[in-house]
Amino acid sequence: MTMLTVNNLVAGHGLLTAVRDVSFSVAAGEVLGIIGANGAGKTTLFRTLAGVHPASSGSIVLDGVDVTDLRPSRRVASGIAMVPEGRRLFVDMTVRENLQVAGENGRSGAWTLSTVLEALPVLAPLLDVVTGGLSGGQRQAVAIGRALMSNPLVLLLDEVSLGLSPVAIEGLYKQLAGLKGRGDTAMIVVEQDLDRAMTFSDRVICMLEGRIALEGEPQVLCKQAITDAYFGLAHGEMAHA
Amino acid sequence: MLDALIQGILLGGYYAILAAGLSLMFGVVRFINLAHGDLAIYGAYLVLFAVEVLGLSPWVAVASVVPVMALLGWLLQATLFARTIKGGFLLPLLTTFGLGAVLQNGMFGLFGSDTKSLGNHIGNLSWASWQLPVGISVGQLPVITFAVAVAVLGSLQLVLSFSKLGRAIRATSSDPEAAELSGIDARAVHRAAAAIAVALAGLAGAFLAMRALINPYAGPTQLIFAFEAVVIGGIGSLWGTLVGGIVLGVAQSFGATISAQGFQLAGHLVFLGVLGGRLYLAHSRNLGGWRGVLGMPALPLKSATQLKKVTSEGRS
Amino acid sequence: MTTYAVERWTRSGRVTVGAAAGVLLVLALLPTLATGLVIDKLTTLFIYILLAVMWNLLAGYAGLVSVGQQAFFGVGGYLALRLVDAGMTPYLALIVGAVGAGLVAIPISTFALRLKGGEFAIAMWVIAEVLRIVVMFDPLVQGETGTSLLALNAFDPDLRRNLTYWLGLGALALMLSATMWLLRSRIGAAAQAIRDDEEAAASIGIDVMRVKQIIFVLAAFGCALAGTIWLASAITFLPRTNFGVQWTVFMLFMVLVGGLKTFEGPIIGAIIFFLLQEVFGDLGVWYLTGLGVIAVGFALYLPDGLWGTWRQRTGIDLLSGGVMLKNPVTVKRAT
Repeated sequence: MTMLTVNNLVAGHGLLTAVRDVSFSVAAGEVLGIIGANGAGKTTLFRTLAGVHPASSGSIVLDGVDVTDLRPSRRVASGIAMVPEGRRLFVDMTVRENLQVAGENGRSGAWTLSTVLEALPVLAPLLDVVTGGLSGGQRQAVAIGRALMSNPLVLLLDEVSLGLSPVAIEGLYKQLAGLKGRGDTAMIVVEQDLDRAMTFSDRVICMLEGRIALEGEPQVLCKQAITDAYFGLAHGEMAHA
Repeated sequence: MLDALIQGILLGGYYAILAAGLSLMFGVVRFINLAHGDLAIYGAYLVLFAVEVLGLSPWVAVASVVPVMALLGWLLQATLFARTIKGGFLLPLLTTFGLGAVLQNGMFGLFGSDTKSLGNHIGNLSWASWQLPVGISVGQLPVITFAVAVAVLGSLQLVLSFSKLGRAIRATSSDPEAAELSGIDARAVHRAAAAIAVALAGLAGAFLAMRALINPYAGPTQLIFAFEAVVIGGIGSLWGTLVGGIVLGVAQSFGATISAQGFQLAGHLVFLGVLGGRLYLAHSRNLGGWRGVLGMPALPLKSATQLKKVTSEGRS
Repeated sequence: MTTYAVERWTRSGRVTVGAAAGVLLVLALLPTLATGLVIDKLTTLFIYILLAVMWNLLAGYAGLVSVGQQAFFGVGGYLALRLVDAGMTPYLALIVGAVGAGLVAIPISTFALRLKGGEFAIAMWVIAEVLRIVVMFDPLVQGETGTSLLALNAFDPDLRRNLTYWLGLGALALMLSATMWLLRSRIGAAAQAIRDDEEAAASIGIDVMRVKQIIFVLAAFGCALAGTIWLASAITFLPRTNFGVQWTVFMLFMVLVGGLKTFEGPIIGAIIFFLLQEVFGDLGVWYLTGLGVIAVGFALYLPDGLWGTWRQRTGIDLLSGGVMLKNPVTVKRAT
């Protein structure tokens, strides 16, 4: 069953077009990985899907409903939640309050404070700690928990491993793996670490200069094709050395 | 001397009610409302109207004007403030200055230029006082005002800490975009904050009219006092407005013992002094200050984070 | 690689400056032709234009939004009164008094310019209030009662009117030229860089404090000149009027209606304000209420003002306020 469909999406900053005519879809329960070099348009694509960046044209359809013109909070209510780059926690508030805020303003569903704590056990002892004082890995867990609390149909994870230690990344992906196959929630993951993205995702999209350069299942794609798409070698251009 | 001190502290209660709304708008909506003082005076005129024309009792009038003011705040945010806030720092100032001019001159046109007061509608409360054992008398009205201020700040604190709206307000104030991404409609939160702020302005105006004479052009002076209380107490801090209000009230109260003009002058000088002191602290921290000159390690200043917040908020 | 030709004077700019010189000459000779009433009205208009241009210099070009420019308007008048009281010729005292207010602005600037945004705006207002109260302590001013520049009564009324007019015209021409020169100088470019991004400006070696200080003091001097000329035409000095926040409200109104960040906008705004006052001023408070409504309307629907909007729609620019790159490309910074 298709959960999210993106049709011919275009988005930009002033005269720079960051997302050019991007179309793809995600099925319920599927994990879609988005890879690409810096500046390929991944973050702008995510911000446009979440509604914090306007789409110039194209449409975003969630579970049969066109959400392209909805403001971010309405999209959350419809079922798109994003873990933004840099986590963006409410730093003056406790872990419990961060989770609560998303829970009482988002969709209702299976994810509650207790199920989130069960899925992210690292948070249980930190509930009444102000998030400003947490470590990077702990903050990322709060950000993911906060997004889950709004019971998304589609969960967007933007660079969740950025700035974390290898140990923390390992722990984080263990917890994320536990979320896979739990319910119908589709996940779209932007990840810099290619190997990590390939092993975690059911399907990957490689973006280059705002377009989709390659799409397929990780086990089918050969390494050479990915490298070519990543650096744009298929277009006959040499990477700028 | 002790008398001036007590009077000043009690006066701080009035300033806290007036300043809490300004601080809330500043902290949550990042909006400086230059018509805040005029809205307070407008609230006072509405109470006067309810008492003199509709014949309500003063306290019933205050209780019915406060929700009207809240509605006005909600409408102002929905129609006026939200539109200008996208235009950077300058447009909100221009808009609220214009709104202030409309309110002042509109009130003059509607209610006339006479100074008015609620004082003669509240019986002997405006001058009655309680005798304290040490031979000091405190006015009943200032004590009631102070108690209302503490009650208002306390209930605001409860709302902010323990209610859904309060959490949404704090989340929006901390990061509006992340709040939207958590399902909070930031526009609705801003409207709620404006409703609270304008309601508090109206309440403050009512207390001002009980204590003193007001006229349609009294708003800007009250705005300055409110702003001074907010800055002295620390921008965006709820109980800070009470502290700032008390500091301001005490300074004014002592200034008034020296000369009539000293009332305002002392308040202004304390405000400028606090600003200057903060600048000096920030400056000496950057350069290491006298400790840097002497080669000593810098002290971890307790107010450092708060100060940073003030400057960064002032910039936004 | 594209090369850009740097151009400081557009063709229309040269034409405009030539026309301005012609207008100035006509205006200077006007007292020989026009009635006293016209001369008085024009003097008022010059004061308004001067105020609007000074506020735009501060807010539009340096990003310094002050709600306290009445401080210098009032101090200039007060110093002129003091100097006349000490025996100085009145018209010289008006100029020296404005210079004095400019000097007063220097210590104020070292404090106020370190404040940001809203704190700067309101602190300036508080400073104006402090100066008003301090001035009211001076026995010469007689507190709320105020005083008058009686020494001007020694002049023949027509001569006095014309001298004040020429002083106003001269002050306006001087400050317009100074503003134009400043904006075209390195300081003007630096100021606009600071307005757009202070940290970036500092990182490319601009002395942020010094640039702001120059503009702040110049604007203070301009407002003080307006204040002394106002004193010369009104004769009376009332602390609550001369230090009144309404002067800043008027400046805001004129700049907003005309167009912030343009050279021509404030002049147009001042003329509109002047005309509104001439036509509707008799309506009293409802006129002032109307001004507030107009200000809010402009803030909501025409935030770039009349001239700013006109310029965007037509691309016509009589005097560009800085250097222009021919064939310019604007690229918005990606966030």
